[in-house]
Amino acid sequence: MHTLLTDYFPILVFIVIAAGVSGAMLGGSLLAGWQKPYPEKVSAYECGFEAFDDARRRFDVRFYLVSILFIIFDLEVAFLFPWAISLGHIGMFGFLSMLAFLGVLTVGFVYEWCKGALDWE
Amino acid sequence: MNWTLALPEIVLSCSGLFILLFGVLQKRSEPSFACTMLTLVAFLVTGILVVVAPDGAGYHGQFVNDGFSRFMKILSLGAAGLAAILSLDYNRQEKTARFEFPVLLLFSTLGTLVMASSANLMTLYVGLELQSLAIYILCAFARDELTSAEAGLKYFVLGSLASGLLLYGISLVYGFAGTMEYAGLRQVLTGGAPLAAGLVIGLVFVIVGLAFKLSMAPFHMWTPDVYQGSPTSVTAFLAGAPKAAAFALLLRVLAQPFGHLAGQWQLLIEIVAIATMFLGSLAAIGQRDIKRLMAYSSIGHMGYAAMGIASATDAGIRGTLVYLATYLIMNAGTFGCILAMRRRGRALTRIEDLAGLGRTDPTLAVLMAVFMFSMAGVPPLAGFFGKLMVFAAAVQAGLWVLAAVGVVTSVIGLFYYWRIVKVMFLDAPVAGAFDHRAPSLSFVSAVTGVATVLFLLVLGPVTGAAQAAAAALFG
Repeated sequence: MHTLLTDYFPILVFIVIAAGVSGAMLGGSLLAGWQKPYPEKVSAYECGFEAFDDARRRFDVRFYLVSILFIIFDLEVAFLFPWAISLGHIGMFGFLSMLAFLGVLTVGFVYEWCKGALDWE
Repeated sequence: MNWTLALPEIVLSCSGLFILLFGVLQKRSEPSFACTMLTLVAFLVTGILVVVAPDGAGYHGQFVNDGFSRFMKILSLGAAGLAAILSLDYNRQEKTARFEFPVLLLFSTLGTLVMASSANLMTLYVGLELQSLAIYILCAFARDELTSAEAGLKYFVLGSLASGLLLYGISLVYGFAGTMEYAGLRQVLTGGAPLAAGLVIGLVFVIVGLAFKLSMAPFHMWTPDVYQGSPTSVTAFLAGAPKAAAFALLLRVLAQPFGHLAGQWQLLIEIVAIATMFLGSLAAIGQRDIKRLMAYSSIGHMGYAAMGIASATDAGIRGTLVYLATYLIMNAGTFGCILAMRRRGRALTRIEDLAGLGRTDPTLAVLMAVFMFSMAGVPPLAGFFGKLMVFAAAVQAGLWVLAAVGVVTSVIGLFYYWRIVKVMFLDAPVAGAFDHRAPSLSFVSAVTGVATVLFLLVLGPVTGAAQAAAAALFG
């Protein structure tokens, strides 16, 4: 237990230094800086032109659907890479397990296709 | 490796995928009736496979089949099947009949089966999440209704919190014991090495996570709102199979890997059971909505069932299992009666809507009264035997306080169950008769009503099966 903690000691030092330096910078500018806010200065900066409207507005639920679909297939790829690399070790069972997983995903894909989740209109 | 160990689960998941495809490719009409029927067939086939499945452990110590898992799986499948039948006509009348309903019900049930067979904390978590995720969607199934959406969201947020606590507990156990397999954990704990404090903290977190799912006090806050807000056909399922499956987890985790730590968890379960029984009986008194009342009633029942675990003996576990079996029967029947409460096409849930039911619809009133008395634990009915067994086990284990609290809260419970019977038979009718009862509701209520009244006849076999299950657990 003790040696484990000593291994982590440099990290503790690093945390203390990081907190000290960033605290000094923020605190220093807060104390010593000349603060004079006015509306133009505190407004959102958007590449030089005026902000169109508030960022916190409702957006179409279809974007949400697209992101959900993206996550599903992104995860699939994230599983496929380690599977492909270790295929030699996991044998037939590993191969078939991934096929079963892909089969389940395909059923889900057919479902969302038929339900019209992929049509934008 | 023995592939056939998980055959029931494999068959059920394949049929779930098939039903989903069948439903979505059906263009002409809404296939919800056909899909529900297919789901029932899948439950039946799975049930048969569960009965004939061989005993043993497999999948690298992730999965186990024994008498206990078989008993719990049959309970889950039965309760889920009854809930599927109950949803048939109700969903059609409420215009929420979509084929996704039985599919989600099926996948949730699949989760309960995996939970019953878990031999590893990872399997436990996967099963629990599979079951919960499907239920979150089911709770919000009537998506145009504000209450339903609220129930789904509330359950999702609190369920995630519970899952987080559970995972934290699992990570602590893994960190201090070095394994997640039940058999390995048991070996570590019986090895005689000094018990790490982190392991006990992890165990407490696991218990708390499961207590959330079982809605035991003080982790019950979500139950009344979710039960009231969800569509009633979902509440009927929610109060049944998932509760039994969560109990399966709790029993297996406490009896198998942590069996030697009984001294550490016994007091905890005892306190939680006492709090749950008191809360379930006292908070139910003031309720005016029957679904809310059922929520508190089910909280109370979880407390009684936990009594058997607190005694930490073979007899206690047997009592818990018999209690769960009777609870599932009464629960399905009561919800069959609640679902039949409709006037002029509108579903009703207030208790005063039942006024005068004894005159306008004597059959329904008598059935409801049978379920109410059975839930209160009045002698010849099913609920009595479960209570008797857990009380006896608690007394045998020397937990006098627990048994005394159980008796006191049973008497309080009798009061609020009696209030419903009083409203039905002694109050004057305020409005006309209920609408004609749908055949599916009559079927479920009648079958479970007969089972409740004549439970004495099957008490022997049920107790025998529960005894075998408890023995397998302690093995």
